[in-house]
Amino acid sequence: MARRDRLSGNEAVAEALRQIDPDVMPAFPITPSTEIPQYFSKFCANGQVHTEFIPVESEHSAMSAAIGAESAGARTVSATSSAGMAYMWEELYLASANRLPLVLALVNRALSGPININCDHSDSMGARDAGWIQIYAETNQEAYDNMVMAYRIAEAEGVHLPVMVCQDGFITSHAVQNILLMEDKEVKEFVGEYNPEHSLLDPNGVMSVGPYSITNYYMEARRAQAEALHNAKAVVKAVGEEFGRLTGRSYGWFEEYCMEDAEYAIVLIGSAAGTAKDAVDKLRAEGKKVGLIKIRMFRPFPGAEIAEALKNVKAVGLMDRTESFNDCAGPIGAEVSSALFRARHMCETINYVYGLGGRDVRVEDIEKVFEDLFDAAENGTADYYRYLGVRE
Amino acid sequence: MTDLNKVGPSCTWKDLTEGMMIYEGGTSRQFKTGEWASIKPEYIESKCIHCLLCTPVCPDSAIPVKDMKRCAFDYDHCKGCGICVKACRFGAIVMEGVNK
Repeated sequence: MARRDRLSGNEAVAEALRQIDPDVMPAFPITPSTEIPQYFSKFCANGQVHTEFIPVESEHSAMSAAIGAESAGARTVSATSSAGMAYMWEELYLASANRLPLVLALVNRALSGPININCDHSDSMGARDAGWIQIYAETNQEAYDNMVMAYRIAEAEGVHLPVMVCQDGFITSHAVQNILLMEDKEVKEFVGEYNPEHSLLDPNGVMSVGPYSITNYYMEARRAQAEALHNAKAVVKAVGEEFGRLTGRSYGWFEEYCMEDAEYAIVLIGSAAGTAKDAVDKLRAEGKKVGLIKIRMFRPFPGAEIAEALKNVKAVGLMDRTESFNDCAGPIGAEVSSALFRARHMCETINYVYGLGGRDVRVEDIEKVFEDLFDAAENGTADYYRYLGVRE
Repeated sequence: MTDLNKVGPSCTWKDLTEGMMIYEGGTSRQFKTGEWASIKPEYIESKCIHCLLCTPVCPDSAIPVKDMKRCAFDYDHCKGCGICVKACRFGAIVMEGVNK
């Protein structure tokens, strides 16, 4: 039986973690993710979980300790944001290369500078090639659900990769929404026990972690790791469907909203999808054939499937909540465009940078995007890379 | 469980262990790091009194001991750091470029 509650996104993730009861949580506070270890350490102090909480001295140490704990065979979680994740940089790559199924609750926040504590995706998008599985949430409910599913994905046979469970700083992390929580027993049964085949604390096995790989092996090692990320794709879908059978909330790689007959669409990630759905509803009421694709799983990237979902559109707006500083395209812009080209679908594309440093994205902003798309489909456009909601 | 016997210089990516982990002990013996060294210490047996001060300071395990007597250098693993030269008080180890 599901329980109704009102929780912020951070509370929801901490609640999921209480129900999962991981073995180890090393964490260091940074806004806006601070509340996750804060709430969770209260559960530790109250004896509601068995987790060993390690108050480390930095995020570099948090991810190092997480790697050590996970190598030792402990189910491990950490939480961070922005500069905190930037300080984990070196270790992020080790966690994935060592094939450690740990989980990071990432509350998306802009990278400095100028220093800013509010939401954009520059932190996780910067780490998009770190070999992690990345899953994003639109709502508090999705942040909770994604955390419940995370270990099933990370620990799956053939995957064994770390998962970044992302949600938008302040917008979902601190805003309170109605939410449906699973029973503790349901979560524990769904997540299951963690029994790794190899671990450093296994008295019957000898093991060296992270040995040097010379040139003769490094490339094969990377190829093997790429296969694990490829395997994650089917697992994310299967776990999302199983979760759906249990809760009624099914998840895939991305959500299609009003896409059946859409001729104009936008592709985006995270909480702005809620606002964009309102804009889609408004334009649909006016008879406009508009739709939306919300990417849930950005790594591995479901490019072919997104291109297939866009095959009937005349123009598509690719929405990046980060500036990539390449004078060309943002991550969603580049990767969806690439997927469209591979699928030989030559619709008009416009790549927007929006919502940086917590800048509001409003229904009117998304309507403006669709107006641009109507015009581009009619007249074409040479202006591919644009800013939305910036003062000119 | 990955079969370590499949892992070798010409194996494919599918034959590697997950995350390049090594599920065996003592495998560094098989890695002949001694070839890194450009110069090596020399053992002058006639001056050695087998005090064994040199053995524990070796950062590798390149000074084997048998029956409480030190043996010849394991040049397959000696990287020529010269620390043993400094540790020997009897002039039984010398190396080019290392002064006592």
